[in-house]
Amino acid sequence: MTAEQIIFYIATGFILVSALMVVTTRNLIHAALWLVATLFGVAVVYATLDASFLAVVQVVVYIGAIAIMFIFAVMLTKRNLLDHVPQTNSNWPWAAGIAALTGAGLLYTASQLSTFGAQRPALSGDALMNLGKALVSPDAFVLPFEVASILLLAALIGAVYLAKK
Amino acid sequence: MVPLSGYLFLSAVLFSLGLYGALARKNAIAILLGVELMLNAVNINLVSFWRYGDTTQMAGQVFAIIVFAVAAAEVAVGLALIINVYRRRNTLNADEIDLMKW
Repeated sequence: MTAEQIIFYIATGFILVSALMVVTTRNLIHAALWLVATLFGVAVVYATLDASFLAVVQVVVYIGAIAIMFIFAVMLTKRNLLDHVPQTNSNWPWAAGIAALTGAGLLYTASQLSTFGAQRPALSGDALMNLGKALVSPDAFVLPFEVASILLLAALIGAVYLAKK
Repeated sequence: MVPLSGYLFLSAVLFSLGLYGALARKNAIAILLGVELMLNAVNINLVSFWRYGDTTQMAGQVFAIIVFAVAAAEVAVGLALIINVYRRRNTLNADEIDLMKW
């Protein structure tokens, strides 16, 4: 096993265990902290995939902003942690069944792909440079990029309006 | 070197865990946590298909960045809505937030 494989398998086990804790822990603060662990594992996976920019953005945006916002929201609603009642609704066996079926279906569909067991090709060119150019180039992705910024502005205004009353 | 199947397995299992969380949890914030897990699974898929395909085509990574932006917007608006509901009804239980249910 190469070092890369060992890192990937450790990260996979870490992600899956902490994701399981996110969906099963009673205490929501703990669930949010397990989410931070999951997101960090995903950042490691991005790093093993040579997506350096995404690994950094994952730490900065997901862990630094989104997970912290979750923790804020849990604290603002602390009186209602529902600690003494079951954390799942009455239909949870159905939910587990649907989730298991979806997972099996996804794995089956993926195993039918011709590229399922593919080995990765050598990285051609500077991926970071290509990504930066693709994001602002008019014949690539400048329009989705600008639409995303408008979406963020709308979400900002909407969140402020909703939360201030 | 890890084949593509390793990444696809990881993202499929992560997606199912997130789906279970979003469907089964009672607390509205916990439902959003499940949605975040699903978005991360999708992102792993996008980036791994980028890496194992033609790496000069940046569509996979760009799509993952758009998913980041959408996730940030979703969490901001979603948590604002949840806090607003909590202020008015003093509950976060998704079963009790049923005003619009005929």
